[in-house]
Amino acid sequence: MIEDREIDWLINEVHEYYGYDFSGYSRASFRRRVDRLMEVDGFKEFGAFLSKIRSEPDYFRRMVEEITVNVTEMFRDPAFYKTLRTKILPELGTKPFVRIWHAGCSTGEEVYSMAILLEESKLLHKSLLYATDINPQVLETARKGIFPLRMMKDYSENYVASGGHQDFSGYYTANYGYAKFSERFSKKMVFSQHNLVSDRSFNEFDLILCRNVLIYFDKELQDHALQLFDDSLSLLGHLALGTKESIKFSGIQKKYQQLDKEKIWKKVK
Amino acid sequence: MEKGQVKKLVLIGGSAGSIEVLMAVLPRLPIGMDFPIVVVLHRKSSDDNTLEELFAMKTHVPVREIEDKTRIENGSLYVVPADYHLLFESNGTVSLDVSEKVHYSRPSIDVVFESAAATYKEGVVAILLSGSNADGALGCVRVQENGGTVVVQNPAEAEMPFMPNSAIQLLKPDFIASTDDIASLIGRI
Ligand SMILES: C[S@@+](CC[C@H](N)C(=O)[O-])C[C@H]1O[C@@H](n2cnc3c(N)ncnc32)[C@H](O)[C@@H]1O
Repeated sequence: MIEDREIDWLINEVHEYYGYDFSGYSRASFRRRVDRLMEVDGFKEFGAFLSKIRSEPDYFRRMVEEITVNVTEMFRDPAFYKTLRTKILPELGTKPFVRIWHAGCSTGEEVYSMAILLEESKLLHKSLLYATDINPQVLETARKGIFPLRMMKDYSENYVASGGHQDFSGYYTANYGYAKFSERFSKKMVFSQHNLVSDRSFNEFDLILCRNVLIYFDKELQDHALQLFDDSLSLLGHLALGTKESIKFSGIQKKYQQLDKEKIWKKVK
Repeated sequence: MEKGQVKKLVLIGGSAGSIEVLMAVLPRLPIGMDFPIVVVLHRKSSDDNTLEELFAMKTHVPVREIEDKTRIENGSLYVVPADYHLLFESNGTVSLDVSEKVHYSRPSIDVVFESAAATYKEGVVAILLSGSNADGALGCVRVQENGGTVVVQNPAEAEMPFMPNSAIQLLKPDFIASTDDIASLIGRI
């Protein structure tokens, strides 16, 4: 297993050579991913691994792809989507224009789920979904809106559990083992690379979703990201996190009101 | 050393057939328990807090919910949440992780045991119960490699012997225990 000082070394070198700062990432997960990558790619020695990262930008890109965890689902945690549907979207509906930011959107399943909710609430026509991630590779997939067909059974069950009443298979066309979601959804999406560690606020939103991203950050970096969300949220806008994440003990907490026991907070100050 | 620092950490892992064992062990946890217990079971992703509630009814030890960066404290029992892996940080907190399933499972027992072994070394007491999956066996190896103690439920008594047997094939457990023994071992090791 890679040693602590080697992790420090790796993080320093990556910062110096490529400008990516991983020093605020949760150590335990970062270490596990690096260990795994070294094993899969057959590195016995840390030195050889580090010098490949330094000398080959392509391999550095691979490292970023493998270090960041991109696992995602459509309508993951159906109860969360049900709350969006019944409590949050009706409020957004009163606005002339709806701006939503998915921070750490991965391959986009969450963004397409949201677009479906918006369409069913008759809000899609006046909505714009900004979706960002540190990893350019996943954004490519997200842009296309093409997901493995074998996942659709689970997703359709999640969709129904989230309160959906339409025929889920009507939202995509199936072809060669893939499901391509309708372009009327992707037309409302803007994908771009954005690093929560180093990039700034770029717009003002009514709703920001950042789910299962903060778990990869330590407390300090979580605080930094939450501040960025606060800077990017309109008054009375909502912030939604993953089911085991929280703004408790963060600097922005006093400006927010939690929606019952949901991981959704409203900016009230 | 800092007061309240965790030196001994008890982990209990299991799958099919393990809840019954826990229901028998929990009422007999030592009074004045001065270490944490972390329970990791294969559970449905739709599971809410029913397991926590069930356990809380059976023990005098406080059952506390795990969220990201929760601090693991002496004297409490924690259950790893459904659909997340759990990793131990060196500052006494835990991080959650949604990466790929291991042995078709998230949480995976291997992941929890391995991470605890790396962080708490010889302070780890890992207990592996009934189950019909090989998850946990490799984790037990890591626990022993780091100086910790491994207890495996006696496969002859386990409702699903596959999990304890998988461990016994990979390593020599420090104890092969009956349900009765497990409760007293937790306090003694
Ligand atoms: C587990 S996925 C979460 C996907 C989706 N939000 C969900 O809940 O299903 C975490 C995502 O966070 C992204 N990420 C990690 N570090 C980031 C950073 N510094 N800035 C932006 N995105 C980041 C990863 O690339 C990955 O796609």
